[in-house]
Amino acid sequence: MRQLRSIVIFLVLPLIVTTYSFGVERFPPPDFESGYEMPVTTVPSPRQNFYEYIDLGVLIAAIGVASYLALRRRSRRGLFVLTVFSLLYFGFWRKGCICPIGAIQNITMSIFDSSYAAPLFVLGFFLVPLISTLFFGRTFCAAVCPLGAVQDLVLVRPVSVPQWLERSLRFLAYVYLGAAVLFAATGSAFIICRYDPFVSIFRLSGNFYILVLAGCFLLAGMFIGRPYCRFLCPYGVILRQLSRISRFRVSITPDECIHCRLCEDACPFGAIKKPMVEWPAESYSKNKRLLGILIVALPVFVLAGGWLGGSVKHIAAKMHWRVRLAERIYLEDMDQVEGTTDASDAFRATGEDVNELYSEASAIRQKLGVGGWIVGGFLGFVTGLKLVGLSIRKNREDYEADAGQCLSCGRCFSYCPREHARLERIRQKSSK
Amino acid sequence: MEKNKNSNVSRRSFLRDGLFGGALAGLGALGGLVLKETKAANTVWQIDPYVCVACGNCATYCVLEESAVKCVHAFAMCGYCDLCSGFLEPEPRELDSGAENELCPAGAIQRRFVEDPFYEYTIDESLCNGCGKCVKGCNAFGNGSLFLQVRHDRCLNCNECSIAAACPSGAFKRVPADKPYILKEVKHE
Repeated sequence: MRQLRSIVIFLVLPLIVTTYSFGVERFPPPDFESGYEMPVTTVPSPRQNFYEYIDLGVLIAAIGVASYLALRRRSRRGLFVLTVFSLLYFGFWRKGCICPIGAIQNITMSIFDSSYAAPLFVLGFFLVPLISTLFFGRTFCAAVCPLGAVQDLVLVRPVSVPQWLERSLRFLAYVYLGAAVLFAATGSAFIICRYDPFVSIFRLSGNFYILVLAGCFLLAGMFIGRPYCRFLCPYGVILRQLSRISRFRVSITPDECIHCRLCEDACPFGAIKKPMVEWPAESYSKNKRLLGILIVALPVFVLAGGWLGGSVKHIAAKMHWRVRLAERIYLEDMDQVEGTTDASDAFRATGEDVNELYSEASAIRQKLGVGGWIVGGFLGFVTGLKLVGLSIRKNREDYEADAGQCLSCGRCFSYCPREHARLERIRQKSSK
Repeated sequence: MEKNKNSNVSRRSFLRDGLFGGALAGLGALGGLVLKETKAANTVWQIDPYVCVACGNCATYCVLEESAVKCVHAFAMCGYCDLCSGFLEPEPRELDSGAENELCPAGAIQRRFVEDPFYEYTIDESLCNGCGKCVKGCNAFGNGSLFLQVRHDRCLNCNECSIAAACPSGAFKRVPADKPYILKEVKHE
């Protein structure tokens, strides 16, 4: 019996099995006579769902505490402690997933892909920091975001970045946001997660290149304050705009600015703006003309951006695995490449029609073309607005934290002599 | 002059209030739009064993040092063969558990004699690295009772699974957390 079975398998089966299959019942399950009991396949369950809601609760509480510490208590030390807590909880304990930055993609995908529904708490993770920023400024960035926290803690010797460079680099974040939304909407990839440099630090493992990238960010972050937050964070783009119109915001001085200039270099993120007076008359009229030209040229920027965005669709489409597969299959069928890949083997084993794959791929390309136009147009619009912003001068009488860039970290508080006066008053009151 | 300044301030505050209200309404609208699509339960990653080609990426692409994907065994599908093509090398010297005869590079499959001529194969998950060599072997010449699954006691449930991004056959799916496994089943009635 035993030998017969072996012989059958050795001689006959290789002849029968010609294609890869997912298991055919070649040997009927035996009828056991010895009373053998079949083990059950174990299915360890995933993390309980309510823990995710606890995470959301912790997020809300942490933002609340951060807002209180930054706006009312004005305590840098408190914010620092909260930063460490957030790094430990959201970073090292929760391993960085899910985070509000990455949630952008889930939200986008749930709008565009009818087969995907984002979990409720992901919507919470996405909205809570946005709403809180609309009320209290970027207190989420200050001490709750684990990505911000890890950069904040490695900052040892800040160097100031020149204004022109800072403004230009900030544009990268818009590109990143646009690309992330585009790729999530087409179901190509979650690039914010894929290229996140810090998650690999929280997990203490990861792809080699990502670890190198993480190392570079941390190294650069020792001298350039929070490089990811300032120049790349796609969520920061949204937060920046909301912070500009927020109800309350962190201010450098607790009451009034006495123009002592002590806080001038206090901000490691270059967010403190000096007082500014009106332009001199001749430069005023020059800038007025420039402003007029720029506003008229805005549609040109939009169209140029749109054209540029739409024209990269063939490169962008490679992010989608079906497009990559279709291109590979095409090359193989045209004999332009040798051999096959796992993906092309797997595709051929399914017996699907090649033409269907091709039409699927071209549909994705088309979507990316349209999306690329929209995203590119948006980026062109942003470029135009940024240039317009350069030729507008807002009167500013005091030293102020820039409404959009200020991360509410509270580093500037202790530089202000009025703050020391306030603390002294509090001390006297409590000692009485 | 004084009056003029006042109107300027109120215009600015009106504008600010308008923007604030607009932003709040916009966020509310976005929330409402997405809320219709949301589900209360989380989603988790899982491999569709009927699509998986056991390419071996699961062993190397997971963000964990030791992959969250492991081989599992649907015992009810197994033929309990002595010459198991998931356990043994293609041309084994002996039909026993000698390391030189085993297909599994980690020695994670345990072979136990049940009754003549049947052997039971169980996976030691602490050793399995999810390479899928046994899955390939079992699919090719056996019943296909060995297959790969994401083990949720290990999986971190990354927002974008690194293995899913590298999967050549698109076998990775987001599945509801209350039904987190796609187990192979016996086809006969």
